[in-house]
Amino acid sequence: MRREIPLAICLIMGVVMTVQFFVPHAASQWLFDNMMKWLIIIAIFALMLGLLNLIKIHTQKVINRRKDWPYSIVALVGVVGTLITGFWGIGADSPFMVLYNYIQIPMQATMFSLLAFYIASASFRTFRARTFEATLLLIAAVIVMLGRVPLEKYLGGQWLPDLAEWVLDYPNMAAERGIMIGVGLGAISMALKIILGIERSWLGGGEKG
Amino acid sequence: MNFFDKFLKIDRRYIFILVAIGVVIPLVFPLGLAVTVSPPVKNVYDEIESLKPGTPVLVSVDFDPSTEPELGPMTAAVLRHCFKRKLPVILMNLHPGGPGLALAISDKVAKETGAKEGVDYCFLGYKAGGTAVILSIGRDIRLSYPADYYNKPIDQIPMMKNIRSYSDIGLVVTLSGSTFPDVWVAYAHERFGAKIAAGVTAVMAADYYPYLSTGQMIGLIGGLKGAAEYEKLIGVPGNGLKGMDAQTIIHLLIVLLIILGNIAFLLMRRQQRRGEQTRPSGA
Repeated sequence: MRREIPLAICLIMGVVMTVQFFVPHAASQWLFDNMMKWLIIIAIFALMLGLLNLIKIHTQKVINRRKDWPYSIVALVGVVGTLITGFWGIGADSPFMVLYNYIQIPMQATMFSLLAFYIASASFRTFRARTFEATLLLIAAVIVMLGRVPLEKYLGGQWLPDLAEWVLDYPNMAAERGIMIGVGLGAISMALKIILGIERSWLGGGEKG
Repeated sequence: MNFFDKFLKIDRRYIFILVAIGVVIPLVFPLGLAVTVSPPVKNVYDEIESLKPGTPVLVSVDFDPSTEPELGPMTAAVLRHCFKRKLPVILMNLHPGGPGLALAISDKVAKETGAKEGVDYCFLGYKAGGTAVILSIGRDIRLSYPADYYNKPIDQIPMMKNIRSYSDIGLVVTLSGSTFPDVWVAYAHERFGAKIAAGVTAVMAADYYPYLSTGQMIGLIGGLKGAAEYEKLIGVPGNGLKGMDAQTIIHLLIVLLIILGNIAFLLMRRQQRRGEQTRPSGA
């Protein structure tokens, strides 16, 4: 029953919500409104589940003194400390926002900024014209990179930004559109497989129910 | 190990130093490069210009601090433009890391422009659910946001009195460092007909060109360059224009490194081939 009930809920809700989309009746709208509320409530519980899981994993790591366990203490202090400060309000001058502005923002910005250094190093080491396709990619990358910075004055006019815009508007868009259509068809087939109970990996666990 | 081999295996810390110099020098000594405006950015500007004063604009700050240097300046520029045009702004977040940034940017821009909270703009904060939140706004914004960020009931906010769904909103602007623009297009535009404009990081911008050609997105602000273009359009220089000099130097540096790396690679390969040809057979 641990597998049958979730599968039945999934099948019924999948079919009902698909039909609901095409029915503009008041009852159908009532169902839609309530399902949206349910979805938001489920999302909030999913967040809480993630938080509890994070606390559980790091607590176990500290108790069992696993590799790099001192970092888990930092993670736990961060989670619990942020939670506690949240009780004193979340306005612009609250302790919560002080933590956010002076710890989270600089840390995340620093991590992301490091990308510039690694991209520069990686482009020097790995971006090679080894094949025809790689050469095409390299030329397109150089055009777009130079076309996306204000160098018109030094490169004799608007031709480079226009060329970069052409690369984005035509070859890039054709490839993107192909990917999007593929992803869309894949998503539809996966949704059908889940609704019909063919794809069951979302239930978790092994084969035995 | 020959010269080319040594060059290709240069210590990466030298490259890091070059990048650091390339970022710092233009920030200290600005080059003042002139930015030209691209059509996708101009389209967003024109759409906001075309809205009648009093038409609400929904601005969804769907990013966290990691992408703030690119998306923060464009958020500020869009807010400045809306406040200047007397368009009430509804601010919200679909990303849990976004409320602090939305709060800081809106506070700063409101102080500069004299916009009043509750009258010219309101901040609804973060709501979990992503797709469900976007869909529920199509029915009634009160379904997902019965109260604002400060827990004030929506109906007590003066500017929100006549706003219920996308049909009362002139434009939705999503500023995102992830795939939220896809979700806004798929649900807010396709199901409810909302007009969507997006502001995204430079690396993501290429992904959204198909939506521009189909009209599913009315415009796109891409990366720091897009932010700089928008600042130029509204005539208020900010961090976007300030950062363009450093970004230009880094782009040039990376292109130079790619060219040098490839020259060294091709010369080394030619040398290796020559060596193989001159080597006696069977050796």
